[in-house]
Amino acid sequence: MLTMPDKPFRILPRLNADNEFFWTSGADGKLRFRRCQDCGYYIHPATPICPECLSKRIETEVVSGRATLLTFTENHQPWIPGFPTPYVIAIVEMVEQEGLRLTTNIVGVPAEELVIGMPLRVKFESYDDVFIPLFEPELQ
Amino acid sequence: MEVAERSAAISGIGQSDVGRRLGRNPMELTLDSCLAAIEDAGLTRDDIDGLATYPGNLIAAPGFSAAGVTEVQDALRLNLNWFSGGPEAPGQLGSVIDACMAVACGLANHVLCFRSVWESTAQQKGVVPGGGSGGGNYRASGFMSWTLPFGAASAANWIALFAQRHFYEYGTTREQLAQIALNARHNAGLNPKAIYRDPMTLDDYFAARMISTPFCLYDCDVPVDGSTAVIVSRWELARDLRRPPIRVEAVGTALHGRPSWDQFDDLTTMACRDAGPMMWSRTDLKPADVDVAQLYDGFSFITLAWLEALGFCGKGESGAFVEGGKCIALDGELPLNTGGGQLSAGRLHGYGFLHEACTQLWGEGGERQVAGSPLLAVAAAGGGPLAGCMLLSRS
Ligand SMILES: [Zn+2]
Repeated sequence: MLTMPDKPFRILPRLNADNEFFWTSGADGKLRFRRCQDCGYYIHPATPICPECLSKRIETEVVSGRATLLTFTENHQPWIPGFPTPYVIAIVEMVEQEGLRLTTNIVGVPAEELVIGMPLRVKFESYDDVFIPLFEPELQ
Repeated sequence: MEVAERSAAISGIGQSDVGRRLGRNPMELTLDSCLAAIEDAGLTRDDIDGLATYPGNLIAAPGFSAAGVTEVQDALRLNLNWFSGGPEAPGQLGSVIDACMAVACGLANHVLCFRSVWESTAQQKGVVPGGGSGGGNYRASGFMSWTLPFGAASAANWIALFAQRHFYEYGTTREQLAQIALNARHNAGLNPKAIYRDPMTLDDYFAARMISTPFCLYDCDVPVDGSTAVIVSRWELARDLRRPPIRVEAVGTALHGRPSWDQFDDLTTMACRDAGPMMWSRTDLKPADVDVAQLYDGFSFITLAWLEALGFCGKGESGAFVEGGKCIALDGELPLNTGGGQLSAGRLHGYGFLHEACTQLWGEGGERQVAGSPLLAVAAAGGGPLAGCMLLSRS
């Protein structure tokens, strides 16, 4: 995994038993979610019981990393020292399941070129033990 | 259906000094508002047997909470039969709604409810918002762990994402959104306690610096120091007090979607979608009966979401509803945020809307008083997964 030399300062998530798989998943370039083995529902954030069918048979599975842009905002306010503005914050929906969403950053494209509904794919930025899932336009 | 909240009344209101960087002891501001409300109701502190607040004295962002139940009970040496304080509630007014239920159930006679903030002074001290120390080793937990790593540090970002989706699905525009800010500023000019009272034009709005698209500075409320209090009394007791009681006709507290800022099923609305219809399901009164509306504007878009949720316009139609500003003006069909809202009168965090609703129903709005002696008001507070609303009538 290539580390970008100009990556911003990010406040990292505190890892715990429920989220460590998610934030370290990008070590091999792949995104993972917890998934119910009985009904197939992807669960995010992770819970020990499937909210759809209440099964406890839950495993971590790799997803395609492809997503759709649901909404975005270009942030101009310097909330966090070391995180250069402007930057794009978005909510994306993974193609695997309606409602399987992440808040993330869209990178590699000017905000003016973003269109709600456009296809995206994941890429990771690594910090210490954490791999931050970011999204960029899917190459057509 | 028995509507328990109809056994509750607002019998008095109080507010401390409100301002930017007052530098005052936040507990003093809290007690100022509490004592003012008790006096306004024609009670003494010996009559107060219930106490409720949001969000309690928790460790949170700087200045977010000035005092909890414990501090106020002790400071006023109250003998309480019931009390409640905490952040997990249907919005900031959830604490007042709890108090309504407490008096309706006979757990208390007169409940002092308060909300105190001192964010303006606290933020000046330079602590990083979001609960962090700002040091290199700080890590985000809870909901913030899913947003802070992406620089989505503020509700400005989280709500902007909803606004943008509303723009996309319904063609809502910044010109329309601006009406919430312009209307608030106009009304603030008539409110001596408001923070920003200079006139604002649409050009001023568009000239303001961007915070998080589509929100510019004027779409975001202004942190202040200040405290607001109300007394919730049992209806039968309130009738004999100093003021004509304001009856709580109905409340809305529902949250049917996922309790989250980014996982809620419909990104064009928020928890208010569920709280609004629940309130109307508890009364025969209709949105068209409302004389004055005080709807949360922590960010301008939240007011649009509440307008739709409360049925003042159809889903997706709030932009057209506020367009041009006539409909929501003091002399319009639905006078809105008559005191200037949080955008121009300061972020009193929900309670300011209830205070202003009562002020209008009691006909004490001064220059900003809505004409025609309003009888029915809505106060609604909260954005994202927080939403609670109250329908109030003057007897
Ligand atoms: Zn399942």
